[in-house]
Amino acid sequence: MTKEQIKDKILEIIAQIMPDEDLSNLKGDIPIREQVELDSMDFLDIIMELRKRYGIEVPEDDYVHLATLDGSVVYLEPRMKNI
Amino acid sequence: MDYDVLIIGAGMSGLAAGIRSAYYGKKVCIVEKHHRVGGLNSFYNRGERKFDVGLHAMTNYVPKGVKLAPLPKLLRQLKLKAEDFALYPQRMSVIKFPDKTLRFNNDFGFFVQEVVDNFPRQADNFQKLLKSIFEYDELNLHAKPISARAVFSSFLSDPLLCDMIFCPLMFYGNAQEHDMEFGQFVIMFKSIFYEGFARPQAGVRQVLDVLVKKYKSCGGELKMRCAVTSLKCSNGRVESILLENGGVLTADTILSSIGYVETMKLLTDPDSSAFNCHAGQLSFVEFILVLNKEPAEMGYNTTITFYNNSGRFNYRKPDELVDVSCGVICCPNNFQFENPLPEGIIRITNLANFDLWNRLGEEEYRAQKAAWLETMLQEVVKFVPDFRDSIVFTDIFTPKTIHKFTGHINGAVYGTPNKIKTGRTHLDNLFICGTDQGFLGIVGAMLSGISMANFHVLQKG
Repeated sequence: MTKEQIKDKILEIIAQIMPDEDLSNLKGDIPIREQVELDSMDFLDIIMELRKRYGIEVPEDDYVHLATLDGSVVYLEPRMKNI
Repeated sequence: MDYDVLIIGAGMSGLAAGIRSAYYGKKVCIVEKHHRVGGLNSFYNRGERKFDVGLHAMTNYVPKGVKLAPLPKLLRQLKLKAEDFALYPQRMSVIKFPDKTLRFNNDFGFFVQEVVDNFPRQADNFQKLLKSIFEYDELNLHAKPISARAVFSSFLSDPLLCDMIFCPLMFYGNAQEHDMEFGQFVIMFKSIFYEGFARPQAGVRQVLDVLVKKYKSCGGELKMRCAVTSLKCSNGRVESILLENGGVLTADTILSSIGYVETMKLLTDPDSSAFNCHAGQLSFVEFILVLNKEPAEMGYNTTITFYNNSGRFNYRKPDELVDVSCGVICCPNNFQFENPLPEGIIRITNLANFDLWNRLGEEEYRAQKAAWLETMLQEVVKFVPDFRDSIVFTDIFTPKTIHKFTGHINGAVYGTPNKIKTGRTHLDNLFICGTDQGFLGIVGAMLSGISMANFHVLQKG
């Protein structure tokens, strides 16, 4: 997957977890939790969706890399390039 | 291993934990000893009539669109829609004490005004108390327990106001006599006063049907009439689960929703240090009265009346079979339903003594139920219109009934006073969820199942 595709997939996952949120103005460099009302339980679901959909395991120590949209793309790119 | 996760008990917390685990691909089995799901919040029929056990009202109600509250949180976690529970808000509830009445509905500002109007001298102190309630992090699983009575008396100087606020919170979710842990208090305060009451038209069946359907659609397995007789342990783990039907199951992780002490009693080699936790003592009788008219026709529009008719509010195991001096009068008809319920119903809950009920012979047990029904009615008609001539059917359950159907020691519906907030036990792969983990109420129970599945099943990989 390309960076753009990965970004779309992350947005798709967030939209599925929080169907009522407007994600069209989500900025890539600001923590997602500061822009939408996403709590730690919702955040866990992003990790779980990545595992469920793509078999990607994100260890707890790496959760910090997924705080922003841009950070998530950088972190996931090597893990998703062959998907 | 037969399963990734085995859950003991198909109540609200067990089903919620099951949905979370199964949705994310775990192989899950819930074993339930009863032929019916629900545990402490279940249902039964008498002829054509359908009755609920447990649920008077669902607490934590917030309207659709509110995002940061327990109810929407749990709906998101369980991948359900707000419409799935089909909740209708209450009309008005009251706390009635000899000299004062406080009303509350699902508008928190209304309740605050009631307190200010009825206790003008406490107004400033009450605001300070509210501040400390809203600043407290009740979801911190590692917080040290503190006494809610102590926190209260540091703010409010009128014991009557303290008692009146404690009354509904204790009746709807306190396992401790006289006092309440402050974290529990904050959870209950927000769930009842800040958020509010609602009820599905079809009662608890609505919630349970949605949970079971969701769980099964995620691939979860549910074994009914399947009691666990023991948990075989070795090397600090539960190695296998022995069933009453002779079967043996194995699972990586076990979540037990049947209570902490109840779970420890299943262990084949109980480590004595594990029993640092006392069984709860608080149980209730419930009188279910079917009326030949809607309570509103008698001028009674209140959803729930919490009453106390003695000097101080005494929340404890009574010395008699039943303590009718305080209690809860719930009218399931008085929610803002689109269509009326088929019949008028009034449900009355009073504190009761398990040991005394359990000691009675069969005939005496029946006679005492009938006698206490009369005693209770004489007391409650002081607080609601006299509906005694309209009663067409009565049913009564006692602490003994609760014990029989839920397995809770002493019929203690709110479990042990010492909650296991982290859910951990001395065994590596055995965790507690539900009543004894400490999030109470129906929404709390589901959140308990969700958080325990998140921490102990999903985050582990």
